[in-house]
Amino acid sequence: MGILEIKNVGKRFGGLQALSDVNLSVEENTVHAIIGPNGAGKSTLLNCLVGKLIPDTGSVTFQGQSLLGRKPHEINQMGVSRVFQTPEIFGDLTVLENVMIPCFAHRDGAFQMNAIRSVRHQNDIRESADQILTDVNMLEKRNMHAASLSRGDKRRLEMAMCLVQDPKLLLLDEPTAGMARADTNNTIDLLKEIKEKRDITMAIIEHDMHVVFSMAERITVLAQGTPLVEDTPENIKGHPKVREAYLGEAQV
Amino acid sequence: MFGLNAKDTRLLLIVIGLVVFAPFLMNPFPTDSGLAQFNAGYPDLMQRFVIFGIFAIGFNILFGLTGYLSFGHAAFLGAGSYAAVWMLKLLTINVIPAILISTLVAGAFALLIGFISLRRSGIYFSILTLAFAQMAFALAASVLTPITGGETGLQTALNDPRILDGAASGTGNIPAPALFGLEMRDSWDWVVGGWSFTFNAGYYLAGLFMIGAFYLSILIFRSPFGLMLKAIKTNQTRLNYTGLNSRPYTLAAFVISGMYAGLAGGLMASMDPLAGAERMQWTASGEVVLMAILGGAGTLIGPVLGAGFIKYFENIFSKINDNVLHQWFAFMPDGIENFLVTILHPFVGKGWHLTLGLVFMLVVIFLPGGLVEGGQRIGRLFSRKKKTDDSPNADTKPAE
Repeated sequence: MGILEIKNVGKRFGGLQALSDVNLSVEENTVHAIIGPNGAGKSTLLNCLVGKLIPDTGSVTFQGQSLLGRKPHEINQMGVSRVFQTPEIFGDLTVLENVMIPCFAHRDGAFQMNAIRSVRHQNDIRESADQILTDVNMLEKRNMHAASLSRGDKRRLEMAMCLVQDPKLLLLDEPTAGMARADTNNTIDLLKEIKEKRDITMAIIEHDMHVVFSMAERITVLAQGTPLVEDTPENIKGHPKVREAYLGEAQV
Repeated sequence: MFGLNAKDTRLLLIVIGLVVFAPFLMNPFPTDSGLAQFNAGYPDLMQRFVIFGIFAIGFNILFGLTGYLSFGHAAFLGAGSYAAVWMLKLLTINVIPAILISTLVAGAFALLIGFISLRRSGIYFSILTLAFAQMAFALAASVLTPITGGETGLQTALNDPRILDGAASGTGNIPAPALFGLEMRDSWDWVVGGWSFTFNAGYYLAGLFMIGAFYLSILIFRSPFGLMLKAIKTNQTRLNYTGLNSRPYTLAAFVISGMYAGLAGGLMASMDPLAGAERMQWTASGEVVLMAILGGAGTLIGPVLGAGFIKYFENIFSKINDNVLHQWFAFMPDGIENFLVTILHPFVGKGWHLTLGLVFMLVVIFLPGGLVEGGQRIGRLFSRKKKTDDSPNADTKPAE
């Protein structure tokens, strides 16, 4: 029984069957990659996990509890954090504040009326935020406005925002899209380092095969809304079905 | 000091200083000089400065932090006013219960309206609040006449029960609202040379409440709660995926700002025990939006400046009529004098709205951060040398 169990999930948008009969099990403390060509339903699947979409059929359970019908903030409070495909950050706030917000959410829950009590008692939060910013190598940018960061930095900031919550399951939606090669490698190193340090399960959606094959322990290939194969990276590499799905794209 | 950092403490002290010394600051010109009509140091107007300051500070907690633009805040002001007058009629002529109850009544009213309106955001939220406020206004002016006094308004009367101090009306006069015997309309004049300064009891009571309201708003701005409200303005979706439920945050901000409006309404009724339905009208709601934007939405001091600016215009500029203009230009040849008066005529007196509108347009176009941004730009002109340490400060940033 994996930490995340997806059973018979289907989702239809009007005439388009985006997902059909998806079965997937993510084992605890593994890195599980979900790959597939554009339009395969990867992002739809992820949206079904975080409460943005509700699947038409099937079930999604996290640590034995159903995620269906729960609000995004409830799912996050259960220990599921998500890194978005396009960086979603609080642009008007500083980098430090961006990291402090999820930190407060982790400590105080979904709502806390802490208007007066903790004006001065924010130091512990600020310290853990600083710690994470050091980990992602952004400490010197802590007072910058998040909107003025480079795209790569925004991604790293978003990752810091997820990591500061110490999630059990980290969902990464193309964490290296649009990054320069050096940044991509840094991100891989960062994620590997996190993996070594903590008990964390990661589900990665990724286009970049370099990232997938340097991190993933299990790979699920999605095509036209259904899982094609699920196997170890070694076996996936030479799989004829995968080559077919990617057509030309699979020179790995 | 007071749990604030040095910068905020300085700001708070400046506001305290402004409130305490307003009778001097507002009366810079000798009474018999030609400029005396620019003096704003009379009790009525000073009370309005601080009361609308409270209203605008509260509105800014909702609009400046969360970005939710409410077009119905006057409804809470009106509800607070009615509640306060009823307390003055039924309970006691002492203003303390009136002020407390008006705040609570407005808070309850805000909870109801906020709970429904906050299901939507953006323009739909604004329209919902506007609809509610207009409903409240129409009801207060018509079917609720037994409670609100209809179009004539609600006021204290000689035969009011006043169960706690009914004896006070035994003198044959309608008692004036008072704080333990100190009547709100009591004033002391201090004449020094050509100057005359007026110290009014009601003004200082309202000023005290404004200082408290301002201090509370600093605490909210600097707290984790305030940080969450700013996050809602920037990216509400992201906040939900960060494990925070934005609904109770927006509702709390809405209720707090509704209570500020109720406090302002209660104080207004305490200064002059009369509440009319026109206080709830949409123009009154629009006025507080103007105050916040003109002063600088999302900044601490901005709304106070905006409220002062608009109330000054409303009361001082509107009094400059053609006769005054003729006096000013009397030293010129007749033709030029008449020409200048004709040119200026639409901008002053009854035309003060035109001047205010032009100023508002100029501020919004050239200073999107309001008067506060103007002040910051001037400040920067004089301190170019210190450019090395201009770390960004999210709290003095303008609203979009």
